[in-house]
Amino acid sequence: MSALLEIRDLSVALPLPAGTLHAVREVDLTLDRGQSIGIVGESGSGKSMTALALMRLLPRGARHGATRLAFDGVDLASLSDAGFAREIAGPRIGMIFQEPMTSLNPVYTIGRQMTEGAVSRGMLSAPDARRKALDLLDRVGIPDPETRFGQFPHQMSGGQRQRVMIAMTLMLDPELLIADEPTTALDVTVQAQILDLLDDLRRERDMATILISHDLAVVAERTDSVAVMYGGQVIEQGAADDVLHRPAHPYTQSLLHAIPQVGGTPARLSAIPGTVPSLTRPPTACVFAPRCDHRRAECVAQRPPTRTGASGHAWRCVLETPPRSGRGAEPLRAPPTAANADIVLAARDVRQVYTTRKAMFAAKREIVALDGVSIDLHRGETLALIGESGSGKSTLARILLGLAEPTSGEVTMLGRPVAALSPVERASFVQPVFQDPYSSLNPRRRLSEIIERPLWLRGEHDAAKRKAAVDEAMDHVRLPKRLLHSYPSQLSGGQRQRVAIARALVTRPEALVCDEPTSALDVSVQAQILNLLDDLRAEMGLTCLIITHDMAVVHQVADRVAVMLEGRIVEEGPAQRVLASPESAYTARLLAAAPRFEAVPDRLEVAQ
Amino acid sequence: MTDIDATFAAADAADETATLTPGQVFRRRMFGHTGFLIGAGLIALIALVAIFAPLLAPHDPFAQSLSTRMLPPAWVDGGTWDHIFGTDQNGRDYLSRLIYGTRVSITIGIGAATIGLLIGVTLGVLAGYFGGWVDHGISFLLTAQLALPGLLLAMALVFIIGPSIWVVIGIVGVLHWTYYLVVTRSATQRIRNLDFVAAAAASGANPRQIIWHEILPNLFSSIIVIFTFELGIAILAESSLSFLGVGIQPPTPSWGLMIAEGKQAMFYRPWLVILPGVCLFLLVIGANLMGDGLRDITSPEGRNE
Amino acid sequence: MLRYIALRGLLALLVAFTVSLAAFFLLNVATDPAQAIAGEDAPPEVVESIRARYGLDRPLPVRYADWLGGVMTGDFGESYYWHKPVATLVADRADETITLALSALAVTILIAIPLGALAALNPNSWIDRFALGVAVSAQAVPNFWLGLIVIILFAVTFPIFPVSGDDTWRHFVLPAFVLGASSVPAVMRLTRTGLIEVMGADYIRTARAKGFRGWPLLRRHALRNALLPVISVLAVQLGQKFGGSVITESIFAINGLGRLALESILGADIPTVQMLIFVFAIVFVAMNLLADILNAALDPRIRIG
Repeated sequence: MSALLEIRDLSVALPLPAGTLHAVREVDLTLDRGQSIGIVGESGSGKSMTALALMRLLPRGARHGATRLAFDGVDLASLSDAGFAREIAGPRIGMIFQEPMTSLNPVYTIGRQMTEGAVSRGMLSAPDARRKALDLLDRVGIPDPETRFGQFPHQMSGGQRQRVMIAMTLMLDPELLIADEPTTALDVTVQAQILDLLDDLRRERDMATILISHDLAVVAERTDSVAVMYGGQVIEQGAADDVLHRPAHPYTQSLLHAIPQVGGTPARLSAIPGTVPSLTRPPTACVFAPRCDHRRAECVAQRPPTRTGASGHAWRCVLETPPRSGRGAEPLRAPPTAANADIVLAARDVRQVYTTRKAMFAAKREIVALDGVSIDLHRGETLALIGESGSGKSTLARILLGLAEPTSGEVTMLGRPVAALSPVERASFVQPVFQDPYSSLNPRRRLSEIIERPLWLRGEHDAAKRKAAVDEAMDHVRLPKRLLHSYPSQLSGGQRQRVAIARALVTRPEALVCDEPTSALDVSVQAQILNLLDDLRAEMGLTCLIITHDMAVVHQVADRVAVMLEGRIVEEGPAQRVLASPESAYTARLLAAAPRFEAVPDRLEVAQ
Repeated sequence: MTDIDATFAAADAADETATLTPGQVFRRRMFGHTGFLIGAGLIALIALVAIFAPLLAPHDPFAQSLSTRMLPPAWVDGGTWDHIFGTDQNGRDYLSRLIYGTRVSITIGIGAATIGLLIGVTLGVLAGYFGGWVDHGISFLLTAQLALPGLLLAMALVFIIGPSIWVVIGIVGVLHWTYYLVVTRSATQRIRNLDFVAAAAASGANPRQIIWHEILPNLFSSIIVIFTFELGIAILAESSLSFLGVGIQPPTPSWGLMIAEGKQAMFYRPWLVILPGVCLFLLVIGANLMGDGLRDITSPEGRNE
Repeated sequence: MLRYIALRGLLALLVAFTVSLAAFFLLNVATDPAQAIAGEDAPPEVVESIRARYGLDRPLPVRYADWLGGVMTGDFGESYYWHKPVATLVADRADETITLALSALAVTILIAIPLGALAALNPNSWIDRFALGVAVSAQAVPNFWLGLIVIILFAVTFPIFPVSGDDTWRHFVLPAFVLGASSVPAVMRLTRTGLIEVMGADYIRTARAKGFRGWPLLRRHALRNALLPVISVLAVQLGQKFGGSVITESIFAINGLGRLALESILGADIPTVQMLIFVFAIVFVAMNLLADILNAALDPRIRIG
C-alpha cells in the first residue's frame, strides 16, 4: 500500500524586514490512509508552517520547496494553484484552525458557510447539502441543528464554533484532516470533548489526521506516530509509544522532563536553558546545540546525522547512542508551609455583579461574576485558584489586588480592610504578575525604570536606595544586571516574565497574585518560571496566589487549591488531597479532562 | 548559575533586531525609508527657506513697480533674469513673494496643528482613559464637530472677527482636532487595558501618574504622525481661506492669496496661478510623505521598503 | 433593529441641533449683526433702530429659542442681504449642489474603490505604488488650485468642457471631478487597508482551505466584510461634499448652496449662514444615519446583538 501523504525535504522561507526566516527545513513526513500523526513543537518550531505549506496557505511572499510532495500518489507539485484548489483543498484534504472565534466569516450564516463548498463544486444539490449539513451538525454534537443552521457565528460559543468548523470540513468527506492547534483556544473540558470527537470521526471514516499541537500530552494520547519539531526541523519521529517512552533526542528528553505532571510527588522540573532559536541563518550545526546538556565540539561544527532505531524511529543527533537521561528528580527546594501561619490576604463573602447593556439605552442585564467567595492566603504558602474561562478567577484577582471594588463583601490585608488603605499602602501588601509578558511591561521604558517605578511611587526618592533594591530584585529573578538598560522588546518572553516578577518583588510585598503566569510561555520556559517560583519560596518565603487553568501547574507548585466554577468556590483543600481524591464532581471532571501521558519523568526509559 | 549564562548566550545569538533598542530600530528604519527621506528633505528645505527668507529673496516682496508689471518668468520671451519667476499685477518680484510665502504657510501649519494637538490629545486621552460618561460626552462632541461644515464656519468666523494670521491660526486649529481625538482615544483604550497599566495601578499610581508615565509615552509616535498630516491639512485650509478672500489679507504674501490674485489673469499669465500652487503642493506632499513614512517606521511590524 | 435605528436617529437630531446652537452663538457673539446690516460707517442711531427692528436687542438665548421655534415651523428667518425668506433662497439653490455632490461622490467611488481594491490584492506591486502615489498627490493638491488647473487644461487649452456655469451636464464634469478628487485618498486608503486586513483574516484562510480562490473567494467571502467600513467613510465624505461645495462652486460659477454661503458670508448675512450650517449638518448626520442602517443590514453582529 502506498502512503497517502508523502513529504520529502520540505522547506519554507519567509521574507522579513530583517532577513529571511527559514521557518521549515528538510522536513520528511509519511502518513498512511487512516493513520494519525502528531506534530509537536514549541512556538516558532515550524509545525504550523509545515501544514500551511502543504495546503498552499502560506502568507504572501513565503516560498516553499520539496523534493517530493505527493498525495495518494499524485505529485502535488504538478498541480496548478487552481487545480489544487479544485481537486485537493476541501474534497481530499480538510483543515481546521486554532481560533474558532475568527475562523468563520461573521457576516454569513453557519448554513451558508457549510454548504457552499459542496454546492459550488456541484457535488451536492442545495437541498441535499442542507440535509447533509444538518446530519453533520448533529453528529458533531450541536443541539438543535435546524436552528443553528440559520444562525451566525457570533451567536455560538468557542467550542460550538470549533464543532461547526469540523462539520464544515467533513461536508466534502476529505481523506486527510489537518487540525492545527484545534483546542488551544478552548477550555480544558471542551478540549477533551473536541479531541474525542476528532478521534471518533477518524475511526468512523477511516480518515487520516495530522494533529498539530504545542502540547505533547494532547498529541501523546491520540496519535499513532509523533514528529517532534524544533527550529524548523523534525528532530525526532516515530511511533508515539517510542517517542514518548524511549525518546532518543536530547531535546525530546528534556521536553518530557520539563512538563509538569499531575501524578506523583512534585519535583524540580528540568528546565531547558535559553529560548528557542531564531531561524534567520541557514543551519550549519545542530539547531539544539546551544541549549543541549550533551553538547560536544562536533555539534557546533557539523550538522547532525539522522540515526534510526526500531520500527521507523528516527532522530538527528551526533551521539551514536541516545544519551541517558541523567537528571534524577531533584526535590523541590521550598519546605511545606505550616498550616497555622498568619492570614496575609483574605476575602470574605465577595460578590461582584456587573450590569451591562447590549446597546446604549438597551435594557440592563446583570452578570454575577463572583457569588459569595471567601478565601484566605496564609503567609508562606502557595494557593492555586483553578477554573475555566468565565469562572470569575481573574475578577477575584483584580479585587484582591485592589484594582476593582467588589459589589459587596470585604477584602482584608493582614486584618485591615483594603478599603481603608491608601493605594500606596495597598501596593506594599500585594503585587501582581500577569499572564502576557508582552503586555505587562511598558515598551517605552528601560528595565531599570520599570523595576524601580513601584519604589518611586511609594515615595522613595533616594536614587541609590532604589538602585540597590533593583539590583537585589534582579538577583532574585536571576537576570544579569547588564540588561538593566534594555527595553522590553529586546527580551524573550521568559525574560520579560522574570522582569515582571522582579517589579512585583522590589517593594518586598507580603504576597504576590500571579494570574496565569506561565500559560503564555513555551513548555521549556514555563519550567524555568515554575522553578523560579520554587526558588523564591525557599529563599524569601514568598506568599503566592496562583491563578491557573492547568491542573499540572497546581500539582507542581501549590500547597492548597481552590476550584472555581461560575463565580463560586466549589472545592478547597490541600493540593495533594484534592488532586488525588476530589470531592466535587466538577473537580473530578477537570482532572479527567486534563491531558496527561503515562511517561512519568523519573521512569523514562531510553531507546535501545 | 550556569543555566542562566547559557540562557543569555542563546538569547544573544538570537536575531540581531531583537537586541536593538527602540531608538536604534527607529533610526535604522528611518534611513531605509525612501518616502520618509524625501518628505523630511522637502520639509527641511522649505523650513530653511522660511528662516533665511530675507537672505534668499532677491527683491523686497512688497516693493511695487508699475513699469515692471506681470513680467513673465525668465525662460519665457520677455522675461528677465532679474525677476526669475517674473512679477505680479503690481510689479512685485514673484520669486521673493513665493519665498516669503513659506513663512505664512509654515507658521500657520505649525500653529494650527499644535492647537489641534492640544485639544484633540487632551480629549482623546480623557475619553479613552475614563470611558463611561466622559467618553460618551466627548464622542458626542466629536460627532458634532464632524457635522459642522468646517470651512464654512471658518470662513464666517475669520470674516466676522477680522482676518489676521493669528485669527486664522486659532480658528483653523480649533476646527482641526478630530483626527488626534479619534486616534489617541482608541490607542488609550487599548493601552489602558494592557497589563503594565494594571501593574502601575497595583503599585499605587493615580490616574494622572498613569496617563503621564505609562500612556502618553506610548502615544508619542502616533501623535507625531498625526501632527505631520495635520500640518499639511492646516496649510491647505489657510490657503483655501486666503483664496476665498477670508484669510490672509494683502499685501502679505500667502500662496493661496497669490493664486486668488493671479486668477484674474490666469488665461494669459498661467504661471501666476501655477507657481504658488506647485509650492503648496511640494510643502504639503512633503508633510504627507513624512507622515506616511513615520507611520511605517513606528508601526510595530515596520514595513519592508 | 428598529430600536437601534430610532436611537441613532434621535442622536443624529441632537447632534444637528448642537451644531446649530454652537454656530448660532459663535456667529452672534463674534459680531454685531445690526452693525453688519447697517454697514460699517452707519451712525449709531441707525444701528440701534435696526437692532430693535430685527429683535437683536434681546438676550442671545431668547433669540436662539426664537430661531429654533421658527425652524420647527419651517421659518428660518429673513435674509438681511437679499431681503427674502432664507428658506426660499436655500430651496432655490439646493438642486445644483445636490447634483454636484452626488456626481462628485460617483467620481470618488469610481476612482477610489477599484484602485484601492487592486492595490490591496497586489500589495507592493506597481499598481499598489501607483495607487499610493495617487493618494499622496491628491491629498497634497489644494482643491481650488486643482479646479483652476483643470479649467486651464480642459476648458481653455483643450476646450472640451465649458469653463463655468451650471446649465448642462457638461458643466458638471469638471467640478464633479475636482470635488470628487478630494475624497479619493481617504476612500482609497480605507478600501486598501480594509481589503488587506480581510484577505489576511482567519475566515479567508478557512475558505481557502475549502478550495475557494480568485474571484469566487473575493465575492463570496471578502467583499461584504471589506465594504462595511467603506460605506461609513463614503457617508462622511458625501456629507462633507456639501460643505466643500463652497470652493468648487465659486471657481466654476455654479449657482448652488456653496456660492450662496460665500456670498452671504461676504454680505454678513447671518440668518442665511446660520441656516446653511444647519442644513449641511442635517445632511451630514442623515448620511451617517443611512450608513449606520446599511451597516446594520449587512452585518449580523449589529443586527442580531
